[in-house]
Amino acid sequence: MALIFVERPGLQTTVQDLGRWGFQAFGVSVSGAMDCGAHRLANALVGNARGAASLEVTLVGPSLLFDDDRVVAVAGAEFDITVDRQSLPMNAPVVVRAGDRVTFGRRRSGARAYLAVSGGVDTPPVFGSRSTHVPGRMGGFEGRPLASGDRIPIGPRSARSFPARQKRSPATAAFVERPSRLRFVAGHHLGRFAPESLAELAGSQFVVAKDSNRMGYRLDGPALGPRGGADIISEATPIGLLQVPASGQPILLMADRQTSGGYAQLGVVITADLGIAAQLAPGDTVSFGMCSQADALAALIAEERALLPLEDEQS
Amino acid sequence: MSGPFSIVAVGDSALVVRFDERVDALVNAHAVSLAGALASEVLDGVRDVVPAFCSVTVYFDPLRTDSRELMDRLQQLASGDVSATPPTGAPIDVPVCYGGELGPDLQAVATFAGLPEQKVVQIHAAVTYRVFMIGFTPGFPYMGIVDDRIAMPRRQSPRTRVPAGSVAIAGMQTGIYPSESPGGWQLIGRTPLTVFDPGREEPFLLRAGDGVRFAPIDRTTFEVMATASESRR
Repeated sequence: MALIFVERPGLQTTVQDLGRWGFQAFGVSVSGAMDCGAHRLANALVGNARGAASLEVTLVGPSLLFDDDRVVAVAGAEFDITVDRQSLPMNAPVVVRAGDRVTFGRRRSGARAYLAVSGGVDTPPVFGSRSTHVPGRMGGFEGRPLASGDRIPIGPRSARSFPARQKRSPATAAFVERPSRLRFVAGHHLGRFAPESLAELAGSQFVVAKDSNRMGYRLDGPALGPRGGADIISEATPIGLLQVPASGQPILLMADRQTSGGYAQLGVVITADLGIAAQLAPGDTVSFGMCSQADALAALIAEERALLPLEDEQS
Repeated sequence: MSGPFSIVAVGDSALVVRFDERVDALVNAHAVSLAGALASEVLDGVRDVVPAFCSVTVYFDPLRTDSRELMDRLQQLASGDVSATPPTGAPIDVPVCYGGELGPDLQAVATFAGLPEQKVVQIHAAVTYRVFMIGFTPGFPYMGIVDDRIAMPRRQSPRTRVPAGSVAIAGMQTGIYPSESPGGWQLIGRTPLTVFDPGREEPFLLRAGDGVRFAPIDRTTFEVMATASESRR
């Protein structure tokens, strides 16, 4: 079986696919690639199905040794990457030979990149998914971020061809054109908030706090005071949820969030903008804009239009 | 009768059916029943159904699901009769070794109640609890309703590490930590049962709607059962 040898793991490199769906009723978190658009683009570029597992790279990237000929592609946050000291272009399929070393260097923009390898990362699925849930130590490679010395199994090469075009993933494109703005659909606990709260959310800038991670981002900024009791009776919590505890500092729930929660809900970031959220690093500034359901769907369709032609070339 | 409910969108990829907003067995039975009915439906693009205390969230792919059609279907199903009254089926017996090093907060609960530890154990084990929902970590059951006398609120600051199998109380709820995790509930005992085992054919011991009875066991019995549990994994 072919494998990738991890020389240096980077800050937090995890195996991710499109998430572990179907078991949230049992408390099993969805996890999955935080920037799905970039993950799908990288997979399409190497001839994988969108559901193949990739390596999600966070802020500081790894140094990886390949023991078999493969095609790789990296999409998402922009890094300087080399294959044995030759520059590896982002958003393009690149042939890697047995014995080659892929090294992530300086990060230029964004927070998370996805390295796809032809054949896919082939760790054992748990509840139907290879995604890593870091807090629960489930899935991925031994339920944890990669460490030096790890040997990551990769699937057999397929006979598929792959597109030669270069194309930035939608979220990276949106992210690079700063400033970051996330559109959200207003929530249904509005009675628990002061009437100005929505306007405050939409009109203010927030900074992603240091202790933010795949579970969620704490946002420093004006207090969006829930009034009276902040808590609600626990219900399911979707990705992108903006929940507000008694402190008034909102929390944006991300991929490794728990399946349910009891804080008042102010709104939910639209699916099409989750990739932009994924590209935020601690210290980055973000603002929010209210959006209708119709606009949310239109944005998703637009993103899909950008990705589907690349993926369809695989069928 | 199903009782009042509303169906609203939560973001662009989920609908939530909200029943009467309170922790109540019959309200929860509506939620559990609706989630059960959805399990037998073929609904394009629906990728998860999550019942909670008094709500059911239906997650879908907006590119494959017509949310209006989904809302209509949910409206029909939620209006239907509740198929089972709480709790469903025969209660599951959960042996617990209470107190001592396996239940480091039992003394605190006893102080809170103004009762001896043995009495707290008796009160806790006297009732068949309903599993209202599973959440927090895989397999963690939120159960109730705990007797007022021993319904001590959660700790001021959570522990960073709660051992797997810990049986706990937080206010009117009682629960079991299936895996080691941080936790803020009052730990009153430990069960040798494996509540969550991803390798087992039926990974989850408990699900929403189940009834649970706690049965006190001594330390020796706990050790024997724990060893047997361990060897089965």
